[in-house]
Amino acid sequence: MRDRFRKALSHVIVALCAMAVALALVPLAFVLFYVVTQGVTSLNFSFFTEMPKPVGETGGGMANAVAGSAIVVGIGGLFAIPIGIISGIYASEYAGSRMAAAVRFAADTLNGVPSIVIGVFVYGIAVLPFRHYSALAGGLALGIMMIPLIMRTTEELLLLVPGSLKEGALALGATRARAVFTVVLPAALPGIMTGILLALARIAGETAPLLFTALNNSFFSTDVRQPIATLTVQVFTYAISPYKDWHRQAWAGALVLVGIVVVCSLLARIATARMERLQRGS
Amino acid sequence: MAFRPFGARSDEIVFRGGTGAFALLLIAIVAAIGVELSRQSLLSIREFGWQFWQTDTWDPVAGEFGARPFIWGTLYSSILALIISTPIALGIAIFISELAPNRLRKPLVFLTELLAAIPSIVYGLWGVFVLVPFVRQFQVATPDWMRSLPLFSGPPLGVGMLSAALILAIMVIPFSSSVAREVLKSVPQAQREGAYALGATRWEAIRMALFYARTGIVGAVMLGFGRALGETMAVTMVIGNNPQISWSLYAPQYTMAAVLANEFTEAADDLYLNALVEIGLVLFVITLIINVISRLFIWSMGRQRKPRLARTAVAKAAA
Repeated sequence: MRDRFRKALSHVIVALCAMAVALALVPLAFVLFYVVTQGVTSLNFSFFTEMPKPVGETGGGMANAVAGSAIVVGIGGLFAIPIGIISGIYASEYAGSRMAAAVRFAADTLNGVPSIVIGVFVYGIAVLPFRHYSALAGGLALGIMMIPLIMRTTEELLLLVPGSLKEGALALGATRARAVFTVVLPAALPGIMTGILLALARIAGETAPLLFTALNNSFFSTDVRQPIATLTVQVFTYAISPYKDWHRQAWAGALVLVGIVVVCSLLARIATARMERLQRGS
Repeated sequence: MAFRPFGARSDEIVFRGGTGAFALLLIAIVAAIGVELSRQSLLSIREFGWQFWQTDTWDPVAGEFGARPFIWGTLYSSILALIISTPIALGIAIFISELAPNRLRKPLVFLTELLAAIPSIVYGLWGVFVLVPFVRQFQVATPDWMRSLPLFSGPPLGVGMLSAALILAIMVIPFSSSVAREVLKSVPQAQREGAYALGATRWEAIRMALFYARTGIVGAVMLGFGRALGETMAVTMVIGNNPQISWSLYAPQYTMAAVLANEFTEAADDLYLNALVEIGLVLFVITLIINVISRLFIWSMGRQRKPRLARTAVAKAAA
């Protein structure tokens, strides 16, 4: 009798766990369903090539926001990638040191800082002193968010490289720097690139840190010292507007954003699966 | 090879110093955020002091700055989200790490990661046009005796605490579940085998694993809490943005992150701006504390076994 109860309880809990999975996948399915069905009808070629039309006129696109997003994310990557990789090298090379632990802790902390707070911080250091919103400030905010992501992936991937590779280089008389930059880093590079791709995709979807750094711009601008339009901020402005046609555009923008995320995640998955196969093969 | 009396050593110093400088930059950024936010909010801290967090009226035009509704909204929405998301996140973690057949495991991990990767703004858009109308229908259908309870009082607006908590829960689930999964993975297999050997059912074995991993799981849930506290866009779009303190799930309220997103560019005078930055500062400090505690929990989980092994090794060597 008692045993039967224990078995029944076990089955119930297992069923509940399976239900939890289903419950989490429902919103995912709903979000993807709406973004795709609403987005597909409004997404066309002119979305990428035309400028936004004024209220009342249908059609138009978000060419300025697409370009702006690319510029801002590019600026962020430009300084976050080297900083992230080099600090990742430090954390893996001196993994046991107290400083490395502190850096790791700082990275995790920075990763947990709300993105809106990063925006306020960058406003203070890059907008207020110049009395000017700019693409540069937006890029800075996104870059700060990218650094910990890239640092942690670099560190973890470098630690996966077999120690014998580095020891071989050192035995041949290479200095530590040489061994790391010419032997260890290249061995881990494919994985690091995948990590960077994922970080770029995540950062491209950020809105909050751009609201008061890059601001917005209704014109096409490539000047990094000027405010610039971005996809995410544009989707936000359109979503809270009262106009039907702007809502349509917002869904199209959301579809593009989700598309970027899904494609990058899939690419990363394929790449890591291939790397794993190669490792097992060798 | 050339004669280099201090060659190898100076190379080492340059390498360590060079990479270390970049690493130091990360620590510097975290410190700089704290310093800069404090500096920019000095005016408001001096002017209002603690009163800032004990006043309920937020009326910048009249020069009244009371931030208590924002703290309330942030904590209330995050705690509600946690109540909804924790059982689901744990269920997912248990299912993926303990129950799912191998073939199902990878696709499920991928899907939950996708849930985490969808941008906040997309959740917000979906929230505005799909979730909020749905919640409004639900509110309209609420029976009268329920509406008279303080938890469900107020007009059926759709936007409000309930919508915010639901969307936050959806966004937090993948975070807590992936950390909890990692934590469960670190439970030694022998633990489960031991349980089964003693005649445990599946659930009893899982309970053992959960008990073993308890600190890490608390850490995972807290990490999700930290995420919820700072979440901005989706919440801003569905919570109704009304600075009031209410227990009602139907009432439109406001959060710290949302007021920053909405009003920062409108802050005309220095005092207003400083007041907003102070809200940012407190948000930073709260999330910092939550994150540090949860990381400590998760780290202590990972470390648990190694020192013990080292100790037994030392003990053996001594004997």
